[in-house]
Amino acid sequence: MTIGLMHYLALAAILFAIGLYGLFTKRNFVAILMCIELMLNAVNINFIAFNHFMPVNDLTGQLFAVFSIMVGAAEVAVGLALAFRIYHDRNTVNVDELNKMKG
Amino acid sequence: MFHEFALEHAWLIPLLPAIAFVIIGMVIRPFGKLSAATAITMSVISFLLALGVAWSVVHMGITVENPFVQRIPWMHIGSVQVDMGVLIDPLTAMMLVVVTTVSMLVQIYSVGYMDGDPGYGRFFSFLSLFAASMLGLVLAVNFLEMYVFWELVGLCSYLLIGFYYHRISAREAAKKAFITTRVGDFGLLLGILLLQITFGTLDFITLKESIPAYILSAGTGFMTVVALLVFIGPIGKSGQFPLHVWLPDAMEGPTPVSALIHAATMVVAGVYLVARAYFMFTELPLVMNFIAWLGAFTAFFAASIAFTQRAIKRILAYSTISQLGYMMLALGVGSLTASMFHLMTHAFFKALLFLCAGAVMHAMNDEADIFKMGGLRKRMPVTFATMTIGVLAISGLPPFAGFFSKDEILGAAAAVSTPLYVLATLTAFMTAFYMARLLFVAFMGEPADEDCKAHEVSWFMRVPLIILAVLAVVSGLWGHLAGFGDWVRFGAPEHGGIDLTIAAVSTVLSLAALWLAWNIYVTKRWSSDAIAKKFGVLYTLSFHKYYIDEFYALLTKYLVDGVGKILYWIDIYIVDGVVNSLAYFVGFCSRLFTKVQTGQAQQYVAVFFCGVILLVAYSLFYAHRILVLLGGAF
Repeated sequence: MTIGLMHYLALAAILFAIGLYGLFTKRNFVAILMCIELMLNAVNINFIAFNHFMPVNDLTGQLFAVFSIMVGAAEVAVGLALAFRIYHDRNTVNVDELNKMKG
Repeated sequence: MFHEFALEHAWLIPLLPAIAFVIIGMVIRPFGKLSAATAITMSVISFLLALGVAWSVVHMGITVENPFVQRIPWMHIGSVQVDMGVLIDPLTAMMLVVVTTVSMLVQIYSVGYMDGDPGYGRFFSFLSLFAASMLGLVLAVNFLEMYVFWELVGLCSYLLIGFYYHRISAREAAKKAFITTRVGDFGLLLGILLLQITFGTLDFITLKESIPAYILSAGTGFMTVVALLVFIGPIGKSGQFPLHVWLPDAMEGPTPVSALIHAATMVVAGVYLVARAYFMFTELPLVMNFIAWLGAFTAFFAASIAFTQRAIKRILAYSTISQLGYMMLALGVGSLTASMFHLMTHAFFKALLFLCAGAVMHAMNDEADIFKMGGLRKRMPVTFATMTIGVLAISGLPPFAGFFSKDEILGAAAAVSTPLYVLATLTAFMTAFYMARLLFVAFMGEPADEDCKAHEVSWFMRVPLIILAVLAVVSGLWGHLAGFGDWVRFGAPEHGGIDLTIAAVSTVLSLAALWLAWNIYVTKRWSSDAIAKKFGVLYTLSFHKYYIDEFYALLTKYLVDGVGKILYWIDIYIVDGVVNSLAYFVGFCSRLFTKVQTGQAQQYVAVFFCGVILLVAYSLFYAHRILVLLGGAF
């Protein structure tokens, strides 16, 4: 069985769904960040796969994937820094307890 | 020279008093004498211009068929084009002269009458506005322009009747006059709107052509309705039954105002409107009949009330209603000439009578009851003489003015219908009687109060009286000899030849009335009390003005208030109910939706994701349309 576009897309979709599930269910801030990273990487797989299977031979998809990885890294850096500060301050990273701003 | 200038600048005639109103009202109101001088100067210039206009009408061949018209566009809304301008034909010229004469004399008279009144300047500013509105109405070139000035006249009457606003009765009378005439104006407005809708124009000249043509092709049915609606305006303004109730109460204003309202500016507006729109009324026999009968009935009805009234101005007020009935009767039987002729002579002698009454009341410290006067002929000889002339003129005795005009009306009525003629003649008899009663009771006999300090009035008041008395004597004969009917007419010229039978009958009846009044009130051969008792119910009815005011009060109390209550209920429970429940519904929805906002970011994400899925599903099913929307690049 040859590995075709559909396999990649299915993998990406599964990854995305797992990430989404985590996003919905996790209360831990760090876990949520990880889930978002998972969804981001699912998209990256899509980019690469489409780029590979497109008839035209250019690197648009790969370029976008690199770009997206870069943005994701920056996002994770900021998010982790936030999580660190919040933990330092509140002694918890449970998002349900971070509701001091609620009116 | 001057008359050509006057004709070209006829718009100055209403404008000058209007300017006087603005100047007095805004700047010089605190300075009484200066205000009076300004108002009178403007009136005199208007009067001279009006004379110039009349001169050019006579000498430049301006006739009813060939009027002089100036127009400027006033407003342009969609396809509706309305002009403002002046329309001058002999009818207009006659009215201009009458109105300016009377208003000028009344203003001169007011200098003496209102002396020392705190509202001196205000009074003259209102008088000027009143004259300006009436002159504008007379000159109007179309129904809308006329309606504007018509309402202005109503406003001025409100202001002047309520001049002594510190008195409750004056305020009430002012409101009554305004509201009662508003009832009529509403009909007039509807009529005007129907005319505009049907013909697309309100211009008198155009309508004069198109209305007869319309009636010829479409029949009289619709136009009868329109004409009746238009005629409701004159019913209110000219005090015809049943909207006459405001006129006697209008006596609450200062006497010069009564003279102005009754003689020149307010009540004749209705008669003038019918005369101006005569091309419409004359095509509709049903409406003409209605006008004639209403006029005759009003004349008779008001005269029967005047029999028993005691206040001098009230008697005169009912006599005005009665004389206006005459004018309407003349219009209804198809004689515009007779009506306008009577309007002119009536303006002079009625202004005279009112100014005399004002002089009497002025001398008697505002005593209005004629039975508390008596014996005034020795103390006020000029007033007595002029009042006598006025009474003889209104009684229709030759050679006074009223004789000629009344005779023309009686002749016109006799030519159309005998019952109308009989009613009118009977009214003439009654008029002579109650006017003689007024004169005899107030001026003859011995003073009711021995130490009454009545004295002749100042020259400012005497001069207008004398001028008006002269006019009350000569205007009828002059109009008769100078061929009034050649100029002021509708259709063929009317040469008001005096029908000897009619003239003899009315003269004999008037003399009989005078004799009767003499015997009752001067020689006291017959006791007036006994006669009153004999007539019992009729006397009571007449004294209480047929309880029409009471009837209206009841009508207001039960009908108007009842309808008001029903409408109030509808307003509270239905109109407000709908609005309130709508507001409640919105509040309910918003309370519902606040439950969604939990503050849980993950819930928001879930909702957002569901939304995205829905969008994707939608775009899958309707992919084609979405792609087209995005630019159709795929």
